[in-house]
Amino acid sequence: MRPDLPPRVSVFGTQRLLPLLILPVLAGLLFIVAGCATRPPADDPEAIADYEQTNDPLEPANRVFYAVNNGLDIVILRPAAQAYRFVVPGDVRQGVHNVLANLGSPVLLVNDIMEGKPRRAGDTTMRFLINSTVGVLGIFDVAAKWGYKEHDADFGMTMANWGVPEGPFLFLPVLGPTDPRDAAGFGVDIALDPFTWVGAPGSTGLTAFKWTRYGLNAVDARERVLDPIEQIKKTALDPYATFRSLYRQHRHAQIEELRNDNRATVPVWFPQPTSPSNH
Amino acid sequence: MIDRRHMLSMTAPGLLALSLLAAPLAAEAQGTDKAMSFVKATGDRLVAVVNGPGSASTKRAAMTQIINNDVDVDGIAKFCLGRFWRQTTPEQQKQYLTLFREVLVTSITSKLGEYQGVKITMGRSKPQDEAAVVSTTVERPNNAPTAVDWIIADPSSSPKIIDVVAEGTSLRLTQRQDYGSYLTHNNNDINALIAAMKNQVSQSG
Repeated sequence: MRPDLPPRVSVFGTQRLLPLLILPVLAGLLFIVAGCATRPPADDPEAIADYEQTNDPLEPANRVFYAVNNGLDIVILRPAAQAYRFVVPGDVRQGVHNVLANLGSPVLLVNDIMEGKPRRAGDTTMRFLINSTVGVLGIFDVAAKWGYKEHDADFGMTMANWGVPEGPFLFLPVLGPTDPRDAAGFGVDIALDPFTWVGAPGSTGLTAFKWTRYGLNAVDARERVLDPIEQIKKTALDPYATFRSLYRQHRHAQIEELRNDNRATVPVWFPQPTSPSNH
Repeated sequence: MIDRRHMLSMTAPGLLALSLLAAPLAAEAQGTDKAMSFVKATGDRLVAVVNGPGSASTKRAAMTQIINNDVDVDGIAKFCLGRFWRQTTPEQQKQYLTLFREVLVTSITSKLGEYQGVKITMGRSKPQDEAAVVSTTVERPNNAPTAVDWIIADPSSSPKIIDVVAEGTSLRLTQRQDYGSYLTHNNNDINALIAAMKNQVSQSG
């Protein structure tokens, strides 16, 4: 028998968040090494306008990380995603995706509430209740068929809704395209996730569950974009710039949708209101 | 008690303002309706070509015709070059426009097979600046439905597609930032871009 160890001191879970703290430090070091993008000369206002719109002052360092991530992707994540697609039938992959999405419901719900979107929060709650039970632990997205459609929410979007600007573009190791707001949001979402905090530290079963979930999430997300990413790498003249543009546009669209979402959820079994005509 | 006279006196200017507003609104509504039917017609033809019978080469030819008729390819090409357009010679512009059309056509026609079984559901239409935006949902087998907005220039006179926005990402804006970045990293040299595009065409051909 092991002698009784003193309880491990974990001040606000620093141990669990340690990997998250190392990343920014590493990133900071590399930004210093790689330097900044050169601003166009002052006598070219159009070039300056483009430069400011791109808002990527750390481009040289970002490109280094893009290359590193791309290398890691080619040797690890992409093969894993391809194998996953090859071995696991589409229906099962969809089920796995649904389970993962369902496990993300608590974080989604907290963000819906903080965004001040009670209808979205209600949808998330209903989705979680229905899919966890009728949907067999989240395997089947029954709730979507019953009128509670899926939507996105994360702390980056929440901060955007509060008026926090996105800041300059960042390409971080492992995390990929992001910006200071969304990278911070990513960390907060992990802290908001009840699964980060449940169980005693060192409980093998839970640790295995957590890392399986992180791993599956990565493989699932990668598998879903196998074809588009391949296509972009093949056709874009500057894939880095293309991914940068797509990331930003996608984020802006998500945030715009959030801001304009004043939905009144009407389940399919309830008499539907007549949809307001366009003109 | 509500003062009736007061209300009446308020109504008259209100009505006048309404009638003044109504004229441009009607024109706008007409534009969006026309944009809607234009997208519907183009979409029907696209779906017919993609899902229809015929060899790959006849499908490619039919698709090229749709692009040439319904898409403002030169306008998109100019947009994608941004501030660099005015820095190019007429000869370079001509070369670029030709290459752009080829790149666009091959990138669309090479993917025809993947779109087998595609279905387009029409959504709403609304004005945006001079253009009209028509929202649709594009469904493909084994793919989640995608929200696709079609941006239509000159909706009431000669409608043309000037942009396609898929899930909030604009095709022409993405292309413009790709070209812009490529040029910035190649000494703003249009000839480098033209060479890269030629390379693309020869590789896909």
